[in-house]
Amino acid sequence: MLKTVRCIASVMALLVLAGGVAVAADAQSETTEEATATEVTSAEPQVDSVAVATVAIEARTVPDLLRDLAQASLNETPAIVDALASSGGLSMLPLFQAMLAGELYYERETLRILRIAENEAGDDVASDVLTDADLGPVNARDYRKVRINNRVRGQLRDAIARINLTEGSADQRRAAATAMLDGIDDSTVAAFEQALKTETDAQVRDVIEVGIAMAVLKSAATESEQLVALEQLDGRLEAPVRNLLTSIAESSGDGRPTAVQRQAAAIVSGINARIEHYQFLEQLFFGLSLGSVLLLAAIGLAVTFGVMGVINMAHGEMLMLGAYTTYVIQQLMPQSINLSIWVAIPSAFIVAALFGMLIQRFVIRYLAGRPLETLLATFGISLILQQSVRTIFSPLNRRVISPDWMSGSWQINPVLSLTNNRLYILAFSLIVFFILLLILKRTSLGLNVRAVSQNRDMARAMGIRTDIVDAMTFGLGSGIAGIAGVALSQLTNVGPNLGQQYIIDSFMVVVFGGVGNLFGTLLAAFSLGVANKFLEPVTGAVLANTFILIFIILFIQKRPKGLFPQKGRAAE
Amino acid sequence: MNAFGRMLAQLRNDGGSSAMFLGVLTAVTLLAGFANLVFPEGSIFHVSTFTITLLGKYFCYALLALAVDVIWGYCGILSLGHGAFFALGGYCMGMYLMRQIGDRGVYGNPELPDFMVFLNWDALPWYWHGFDMFWFAMLMALIVPGVLAYVFGWLAFRSRVTGVYLSIMTQALTYALMLAFFRNEMGFGGNNGLTDFKDILGFNLQADSTRVTLFAISALMLGLAFIASRFIMQSRLGRVVLAIRDAESRARFLGYRTHDYKVWLFVFSALLAAIAGALYVPQVGIINPGEFAPLNSIELVVWVAVGGRGTLYGAVCGAILVNYAKSKFTALIPEGWIFMLGALFVVVTIFLPKGIVGLLNKRRRKNGTGGGTPLASAEAGA
Repeated sequence: MLKTVRCIASVMALLVLAGGVAVAADAQSETTEEATATEVTSAEPQVDSVAVATVAIEARTVPDLLRDLAQASLNETPAIVDALASSGGLSMLPLFQAMLAGELYYERETLRILRIAENEAGDDVASDVLTDADLGPVNARDYRKVRINNRVRGQLRDAIARINLTEGSADQRRAAATAMLDGIDDSTVAAFEQALKTETDAQVRDVIEVGIAMAVLKSAATESEQLVALEQLDGRLEAPVRNLLTSIAESSGDGRPTAVQRQAAAIVSGINARIEHYQFLEQLFFGLSLGSVLLLAAIGLAVTFGVMGVINMAHGEMLMLGAYTTYVIQQLMPQSINLSIWVAIPSAFIVAALFGMLIQRFVIRYLAGRPLETLLATFGISLILQQSVRTIFSPLNRRVISPDWMSGSWQINPVLSLTNNRLYILAFSLIVFFILLLILKRTSLGLNVRAVSQNRDMARAMGIRTDIVDAMTFGLGSGIAGIAGVALSQLTNVGPNLGQQYIIDSFMVVVFGGVGNLFGTLLAAFSLGVANKFLEPVTGAVLANTFILIFIILFIQKRPKGLFPQKGRAAE
Repeated sequence: MNAFGRMLAQLRNDGGSSAMFLGVLTAVTLLAGFANLVFPEGSIFHVSTFTITLLGKYFCYALLALAVDVIWGYCGILSLGHGAFFALGGYCMGMYLMRQIGDRGVYGNPELPDFMVFLNWDALPWYWHGFDMFWFAMLMALIVPGVLAYVFGWLAFRSRVTGVYLSIMTQALTYALMLAFFRNEMGFGGNNGLTDFKDILGFNLQADSTRVTLFAISALMLGLAFIASRFIMQSRLGRVVLAIRDAESRARFLGYRTHDYKVWLFVFSALLAAIAGALYVPQVGIINPGEFAPLNSIELVVWVAVGGRGTLYGAVCGAILVNYAKSKFTALIPEGWIFMLGALFVVVTIFLPKGIVGLLNKRRRKNGTGGGTPLASAEAGA
């Protein structure tokens, strides 16, 4: 034990020495051009020591360093990471990423370093950090996490960015360069200049040149040089650029030329205007995304409540059933998550539609013409469904894994990125909406539904089996709610209360849009979603929700039939 | 003519049951209070303070159910937000009790309740002023829910929002209030609500005598509310209300300003709910935003439905019965209660549209003993 401690201590001493010398050597190389012969001579003893230190590091091969890493204290870790970065290069990338993600563990006995992560089935699986070879499932209790802190995290990010800048794909290089803009120093500039020599991608070159321009502004360059650099930074949206320019524009008394300051201030205001513009777009997107969720939740209700006039308080539970169907199907086919969603959509429709038809046949049918009783009875059903799910699946939330193609985001520029799952759900909600519209307007079922909802007795006289049409309509509305549940499961966790959160909002959307009017529902969902998201930054999320509810309550007073009231005989 | 004749017969018949109801209420209250205070602990006649508080709680629920019955059973307005008036009344009482704690709180601040000290507030918000006075707090417990009910009712009934729409809007109202009261910035204790009460009007809240007094006041209020509701329903006003329930447009065409009747009945009902809330809080010792939850409001509708709406005493019986079953069930099989409650909703609406009271009356009529009460059709066809 004592021996290991002493060994580590000596290694640390060597590493610290190496680090110090490396800095000195850096400083040396920068001044090389102006260095005189005498200075070079005087530096000779140091060069010797550099050689010694290098030998020391090289003597610690990567496996040795890894073993050190397992035992290192948080103070020692940065030095080891540096050593690993300089000795390993590209091969260190998986190691650093695992470390940053907190997936790096070491075996207690052998100090062997492994990556341990949960696989899709939820088991802990180990893999080699360098080769990524699968080492099979392990018991995480036999291993200890390699601890890191924020300092090491920053260092790791930096190291990853440097590796990516030279070795990654074009996208990775750009991301790496952007990441490196934060905290520009001489070594970053050196890396940038190195990279610029071989870089061919125009966008990556742009970012790198921005970085170099920032370095120029930070250094004590001449006024004309600074102005040229400023031009380079005009209109860039990266946060470090904006911070730097703001500090230049607001600084006083550090000897910066006023022309530069004025120019910087002008550029900052231009950048701010652009950022505000993009933030507006982002908020709009979030609003539309919320609107699409509301639309999905409310559109089934627009059929059962709006068209049939049946109030179904268990509608939210149809969403929940759809979401749980997605979860169950993922459990059944854990190997093919990407495929499972295509199975889940029709299954959720069928499950929810079946439940809806059962409710219609056995409860709602007997309460025809008694809306208040229907409300109470269906509320009872919603309680029973919730509690059943709680009993079967436990009251805890379940996580549904999104398919690969739905994760990630579409990064338009540094301040505007749209998440893929929200984009897909937005598109999905519109598709569902138009399919429903087609069913109601172009199929014989739709014709029957509209006939029955407009004049039940007359429809029956014309030979329409109204009881079957009722059941089918209710099944359709519930089934669509089930599909909405699939979409919701991609955004949030699946729990027994999932439906409860949406039921009041859904009713509000349908009532606001005008009962029996699908386009009204569409417009109401998106306008409420957008209004909610634009209120949120001003009032906070909860109050925004409250305000919207109050607004609708007041709106209904003014126009009891919603935005688009039904006209003609169908009304009343 | 025929309808009026039927109604008069119903009222005369109900006279007997009202007296019986009031008699039973008085007897239970006196006996339970007496048994708790006179007989020592351990005696077979002793009624524990826990039971007294439980009974007091049930009476508050019964009063709340009465409030719902007045508007649902007699006027066909299904409010799914009466929990809001109950909770507002409760919060007013809670604010008074909070101020009574004085410097006995954890932080020992004589002016500010604990949660405000915790949030680093340095002064009492304006709406907390005056709540150290009992009369003011009680006045507010009536005024705040009353005004809310008036404004809401005025807006809703004037624009002829009826039936299911009104139900959903009342539900949205209580939901909105719940979201608002959950916020710490509102100054009502946020998530935790108001609790840790010490005493009321100088009497220790934990003392047996205080408990029994609160219980007796709850019973008294229930009795008074019952008499007041009965009086209203027997008056001319009550007949118009019934007419509105059964055929609102016809009543309107006959020249009655139906929305005025509805608004004032709604306010009356909200006041009953607020009194129930104000009596409930000192007995259970806490009020939090959970009371605003839509589920609470809809649950109390089922009490009324189970008991039988449109009879007043039916609502009281339903509230006590369902809550007794709830206490027993949750102790026995905690998970089963929600299933029971859900099934209750379905069974009552499909098989027992007039509740237990209606079932008993039907049986009595079938056996030919005594005149049943031919309830006017309770189908509140919107």
